Amino acid sequence: MHSAIIVGLAFLPVTPSLMVSLSNHAQKQCKIVTYKDCMELNPPYVRSMFGKHGTERNISLVKRPEELLRSTPAGLYSPAGDFYIDPIRPVERALITHGHSDHARSGHRKVMATQQTLDIMALRYGADFAGETQAAELGQTTGLNGVTISFHPAGHVLGSAQIAVEKDGMRIVASGDYKRASDPTCLGFEPIACNVFITEATFALPVFRHPDSRDEMAKLLKSVEQFPERSHLVGAYALGKAQRVIRLLRDAGYDQTIYIHGALAKLCDYYETQGIKLGPLAPATLEKDSAPDFAGTIVVGPPSAFQDRWARRFPDPVSCFASGWMRIRQRARQGGVELPIILSDHCDWDELTQTITELDPEQVWVTHGREEALVRWCDLNGYSARPLHLVGYEDEGD
Amino acid sequence: MEEFAALLDRLVLTPSRNGKLTLLSDYFRDTPDPDRGLALAAITGDLNIANVKPAMLRTLIAERMDEQLFAYSYDYVGDLAETISLVWSSDEPLRSNSVPTLGDVVTALERASRSDAVRMVEKWLDQLDASARYALLKLVTGGMRIGVSARLAKQALAQFGQVDVTEIEELWHGLTPPYQPLFAWLEKSAEKPESLSAAPFRPVMLSTPLEEPDYSRINAGEYVAEWKWDGIRVQLTSERGQRRIYSRTGDDISHAFPDIADYMTFEGTLDGELLVARSGDNEMEIGAFGDLQQRLNRKTVSARQLESHPAFVRLYDLLVDGGDDIRTLPFIERRTRLEAFAKQLEPTRFDLSPLIAYDHFDDLVELRKTPPHPIIEGLMLKQRSSTYVPGRPKGPWFKWKRDPFIIDAVLVYAQRGHGKRSSYYSDYTFAVWTGPETEPHLVPVGKAYFGFTDEELKQLDAFVRNNTTERFGPVRSVRAEPQHGLVLEVAFEGLNRSKRHKSGVAMRFPRISRLRWDKPPIEADRLETLEAMLRDDQPLV
Ligand SMILES: [Zn+2]
Ligand SMILES: [Zn+2]
Repeated sequence: MHSAIIVGLAFLPVTPSLMVSLSNHAQKQCKIVTYKDCMELNPPYVRSMFGKHGTERNISLVKRPEELLRSTPAGLYSPAGDFYIDPIRPVERALITHGHSDHARSGHRKVMATQQTLDIMALRYGADFAGETQAAELGQTTGLNGVTISFHPAGHVLGSAQIAVEKDGMRIVASGDYKRASDPTCLGFEPIACNVFITEATFALPVFRHPDSRDEMAKLLKSVEQFPERSHLVGAYALGKAQRVIRLLRDAGYDQTIYIHGALAKLCDYYETQGIKLGPLAPATLEKDSAPDFAGTIVVGPPSAFQDRWARRFPDPVSCFASGWMRIRQRARQGGVELPIILSDHCDWDELTQTITELDPEQVWVTHGREEALVRWCDLNGYSARPLHLVGYEDEGD
Repeated sequence: MEEFAALLDRLVLTPSRNGKLTLLSDYFRDTPDPDRGLALAAITGDLNIANVKPAMLRTLIAERMDEQLFAYSYDYVGDLAETISLVWSSDEPLRSNSVPTLGDVVTALERASRSDAVRMVEKWLDQLDASARYALLKLVTGGMRIGVSARLAKQALAQFGQVDVTEIEELWHGLTPPYQPLFAWLEKSAEKPESLSAAPFRPVMLSTPLEEPDYSRINAGEYVAEWKWDGIRVQLTSERGQRRIYSRTGDDISHAFPDIADYMTFEGTLDGELLVARSGDNEMEIGAFGDLQQRLNRKTVSARQLESHPAFVRLYDLLVDGGDDIRTLPFIERRTRLEAFAKQLEPTRFDLSPLIAYDHFDDLVELRKTPPHPIIEGLMLKQRSSTYVPGRPKGPWFKWKRDPFIIDAVLVYAQRGHGKRSSYYSDYTFAVWTGPETEPHLVPVGKAYFGFTDEELKQLDAFVRNNTTERFGPVRSVRAEPQHGLVLEVAFEGLNRSKRHKSGVAMRFPRISRLRWDKPPIEADRLETLEAMLRDDQPLV
């Protein structure tokens, strides 16, 4: 019995009518036939399944993209190249898109990533986080078991990259986490033409439209002015979000010392070495003799710290949380957030749909997040899309 | 509109009173007329322009986006107005073209028919940002819930204009949105507006607690004694045909008590306690506080409730007698006038709060211990010479509450606090033992904050963190076994029967009075103790 007929890059679910039409052509399981074959037999059906890409150009590729990349329990795996991208278990060879802890784990034997991502992994896990490391230059190609690999900026956090893998004329771009909004702390996303685009879907619902980051910073600074007797505790993930908040505050003209939680210190120092100026920072610690008064200050720390005893040192704090989730009022209420700052390092709905439109790939694979809405949008707009079920990604950087 | 929206967004998430006051008074300072007044009215519920039905909004959005994508979105967000405000998209240039103010929106909607209103809303949605779209949709569907009471809004006005809140309360009922004369006065650019309406609210006089150092001041020549009734303090005003029942903060609650308003056939202003009562053979039988609760917080009253829980006012004072404002007379003269005034009133609706005869302070000590009715909270002591002044001056009126009830209970759940206390487990649920003596189990009987020193709060917080058995969101359940756990001494003002609580009892004003680190949990009280208090406290009606 046929589970699917492979035509070019797309799968056609087998319906009785297509079966009858194809019965003379395809007798074996998973027979590869051409687009042309199908069009001769049942054009309306084929067109409906391919959408706007139901054209001759698919047919030059008769290889299944799954031979190049597929999802496995350990993560996204390339059978052709024998490597993983952002695996969630220790593997022989891993390509890492960026330093967030759900994507970059320690314990792989060989790791390839941008130099900045390698540095960040070393800061977080210690210098021996992998057996062997290889720095990927952005835009340069490398061969790996006959598969060509290249890294390109993803605009997510410092060092973040999309990974393009290519063989026999088929290119898949695994974009990792990405965004299109401007971010003074990392390189902007670079669109790479591809046959298959793997996109995240963290904020893939039409309700998520991130506002201008300058307006969000203005909201915070206004509150600091309104409540000079209180301290503003800004919850921001340690890698990326925290530094972006600090940098955006500087861009908004805030030049006071910003106090940071200990968990941020090493990463902030590292950002400085990479030329991202964060201005005067000081640890948000109490020293026995010279207890600083935190009234009127801005304190940045990981969100988890704010429900902790650590938070008690601040006078009547205004709890702020910088996250894309803060768009939804109920999320802010549940988290006891008093001042939500809607700031995300992921694409919002418009950025996701804009990126797919711009890249115009033959297939879209949708992963971690709200796959169903984005797949629905692709269907409505003539892109062939399917969810790619990867487990283990719960981004710390949202 | 966008400033108003930003204010709403902050108010709903700001837990502290002071925070809300700052946000509101800053808004009043920075926003021109008429927007600030309209915003104030929207917040206090005095702006009634709800004109658009949710179904109409659904039709609007269905014209603009895929039904399935909307369904995913609505499912995720859970609130219709919020979902539409977020998914609505328009071309940027349209948005920046002209942004309507709150005044534009209100003026246009007041004149619009329902179908016109929908088209206007659609146009505004295109012009506003997401936060303002949300505020607009809440405004036109009448679903605004912000957690700001009218009282708090008045306090914010007082803070903004640096005047006493009683001045605002006194004026309030003569004013209408957008309150331009009020703002002009608060900004010192105009005279204080005259209160023109009939039956205005007159700020209420309150008492301070009687404490030991003041005991020696109390003697029968100087102070009269009265029972302190545990109902709702009200002010009844009837002037030139206008009748109003005010709460002690100046909220008009007339609509909830037609059975009183109907009998306000007098001309003047009375101060008294609203109770639920029934006429007995020769005096009024007063119901428990629980009975009164049946009548509170209701928009309309049913005929059945009027019959089963009739309202009744026990009179304390007379402020205006006919056209004569007598607040500057001494208490004892007002009392004489009150006694004469009360004679004309319907006896099933009004009676006098009796003065209690006593010779010495020691008599009061005895009376306080054994009040003749369970709904008595304690004693009031009023200086014979006291004039009726707004607020809470110390000296002329004292309240002397009866001692609270005390039990020992076991801590079972702790919840993280809000605001300042969000990193502490500062709200506690406590339980008492029930079931057979040999196999007792705990049943929760109440919940209270901890009102003691920071040091004790830290100890308690540490105990909770070190003895957590389960966590659900902000709540932790805590080890509570016969020999391991923490006993809390809980003080409370009274008990009601409650069907909503598993234990069958509900405490009034419980607070944790002491931490009994010394006591093993098994020595805490049993439910039977509370049930016995309930029997003593409330004669079965
Ligand atoms: Zn991720
Ligand atoms: Zn990430």
